[in-house]
Amino acid sequence: MSEQSQFFDEMTGGAEAARPCYDPYDTWFQGEDLEDLRKKSAQAEAFFRRTGITFNVYGQAEADERLIPFDIVPRIISGREWTKLTKGIEQRVRAVNAFLYDIYHRQEILRAGRVPRELIDRNEAFLPQMIGVSPPGGVYTHIVGTDLVRTGEDEFFVLEDNARTPSGVSYMLENRETMLQMFPELFSRIKVQPVQNYPADLRRSLAACAPQACDGKATVAVLTPGIHNSAYFEHAFLADQMGVELVEGHDLRVVDGRIAMRTTRGYQPIDVIYRRVDDDFLDPLNFNPDSMLGVPGIMDVYRAGGITIANAPGTGISDDKAIYSYMPDIVEFYTGEKAILQNVPTWRCSEADSLKYVLDHLSELVVKEVHGSGGYGMLVGPAASKKEIAEFRKKLEARPSNYIAQPTLALSTCPILTSKGLAPRHVDLRPFALMSPDKITLTPGGLTRVALKAGSLVVNSSQGGGTKDTWVLED
Amino acid sequence: MLGKTAGGLYWLFRYLERSENTARLVETGFRIALTRADGTDDEWTSVLQTAAVDQIYTQLHGDIDQGKAIDFLLRDETNPSSVLTAISAARQNARLTRTHLTREVWEAVNDGYMIIKDTLARPVRIRDLPQVLATIRQQTALVRGAMLGTMLRNDAFDFCRIGTFLERADNTARILDVKYYVLLPSVTQIGSSLDNVQWETILRSVAGQRSYRWLTQGEVTPKGIAEFLIFDRRMPRSLNFAISKVAGNLTYLEEDYGGRMPSHDLIDVIEAKLKHGTIDSIFEDGLHEFLTGFLADIGRLGAQIDQDYRFLG
Repeated sequence: MSEQSQFFDEMTGGAEAARPCYDPYDTWFQGEDLEDLRKKSAQAEAFFRRTGITFNVYGQAEADERLIPFDIVPRIISGREWTKLTKGIEQRVRAVNAFLYDIYHRQEILRAGRVPRELIDRNEAFLPQMIGVSPPGGVYTHIVGTDLVRTGEDEFFVLEDNARTPSGVSYMLENRETMLQMFPELFSRIKVQPVQNYPADLRRSLAACAPQACDGKATVAVLTPGIHNSAYFEHAFLADQMGVELVEGHDLRVVDGRIAMRTTRGYQPIDVIYRRVDDDFLDPLNFNPDSMLGVPGIMDVYRAGGITIANAPGTGISDDKAIYSYMPDIVEFYTGEKAILQNVPTWRCSEADSLKYVLDHLSELVVKEVHGSGGYGMLVGPAASKKEIAEFRKKLEARPSNYIAQPTLALSTCPILTSKGLAPRHVDLRPFALMSPDKITLTPGGLTRVALKAGSLVVNSSQGGGTKDTWVLED
Repeated sequence: MLGKTAGGLYWLFRYLERSENTARLVETGFRIALTRADGTDDEWTSVLQTAAVDQIYTQLHGDIDQGKAIDFLLRDETNPSSVLTAISAARQNARLTRTHLTREVWEAVNDGYMIIKDTLARPVRIRDLPQVLATIRQQTALVRGAMLGTMLRNDAFDFCRIGTFLERADNTARILDVKYYVLLPSVTQIGSSLDNVQWETILRSVAGQRSYRWLTQGEVTPKGIAEFLIFDRRMPRSLNFAISKVAGNLTYLEEDYGGRMPSHDLIDVIEAKLKHGTIDSIFEDGLHEFLTGFLADIGRLGAQIDQDYRFLG
């Protein structure tokens, strides 16, 4: 582990000894037998399979449910570091929410010339149906999963804001559950802040955004595309943990101006719907007419104040990677403060100078589609072959405005357990923030994704990444 | 509770019961084959008939032989009642209804599915068969145990139980129906020497041979067996027992939801037939006719429950 590298290692910081937050874990680890730990690792996998924490792979046989690999070495963050991150994320969530309200109402930020109008006008993620609509409680982004990367002791960058329907929170919870079962003694030695309140917080937060039509206690439901969706486990898990119904489009219909679910006793109204279905599929009458996943007419009920949709339709505009490049301005415009968390420098390929720079430096840069997610459709320059770069160049030249480019970040590493002991691998971090009309709640921890291949910078589960439990220490 | 969820729980437990019953049938067929001297495969014909898959089998495989029949009943995914098909369907329904299952029930279903799928990944060798069948029975018993031990006694539980017992009643009635010719001649031919092994088939396939001997002090008669499997309320796989359970859970739903449904009228009629019937009158009118009527009754009941509690729409 003492090998000097250009990357910040979160356990050692490049030194011989562990950084203070890793010190108690390091002491414990030194006293453990590698073979025993390897066995524990295998047990963890059996535990995940048993619990059914799997994801379906698109285009493969139905039986093909995969596990996301789990690494048993926790990623540890000190309480002090977390406090700083919390402030930064809260600021950012508040700004994104204010931006969305503005964009769908007076568009002050466009009038002020801080964000170019064409980024909004020609954007598929901008929903004209949301213009002038005020969501219940003024909340657009009920759940946000901000992607962060670290490059040094005090260097954190926001990679993506994920204000649409961030996934992965079930892994945050199940990873902790697994660690508690496997290493109870560790938790009695080291005081880790709990994550288990997330489902209760989520339910409370969603219920606090109930629409006008709701009288009394809010009925919440989770809307899933169905059992074949890659994240079905998470949808079922969250519904179960919150104690609410898991519904599909065909369980729902409009009854007396409300969205109602077909129960064993007839149709009963829902107040808040936590949808894990994309905007486009939400309502065949208002969006994609071929969608079988949504509810015909839900947008009309929504506009009339009959239902809360979380996250609000149209939030995807703030996930646009070209919009992302303006986030420091957006934070400043709405909060009057400098952004606490840094943005990754971003070249917008729609601009001629930037495009020229990007084309000249493809082998050094990461190029992404502005609407893309999940690591698909992107070029990681340093890891790509000449042929891949040449092919990508053609796509980029054909539609420059569809792309942005960023420098390859020196992502921090955390140790994982390998057959030869600990070895550093690159990680990112997705904490989850919940927004209700009166407050923003952050669960201490989040989803740590880890690239399992030595040297790899791609942490996406669809591209061979794994996960770790994320510990925020009590200071 | 969503109608879809109620339907999912009902089918989860129907399929679970079906996977167990198919395994029991295979066990019975195998046992008879082992103890018979003449070396024919007649037993497998009647086992396939009982599972109501004899026609599909013939279409796919032609002549009946033991190896192919066992494989068809245990592993064939084109057979809607094979153990593998049934346990996969049970698990799919469990995934659909996870929000209404306790963690222990889900894990029991998922474990059972993984273990059975693994066990049936390759054709089962004859010498491994007893162990494989025991594994299937044990896994389904574990699910039932987890359900009884951990689930709230609410509407979700009622739908699980209704699925279990409708499937069981269906299965016991089919076994009797396929074997009625073994029982029937005895009514007229008093004192004739009937094939004891054939009688035992029936009891064995519902795990009732030991209970029956205890209850009747060893006196085995065809009429006694039929009476035991149709009327005896102590016998957990008898028609009367299964129907009384379905009736009980439907009554709980009626009380819980505060509403009587058409399915309540149907179950009352079915229950009354069993309550007021006698084995003599059944034999007089024809056992086959009685059983055909019973199967049609519970088929209608299943469809009515589906409609009353909005499983599909």
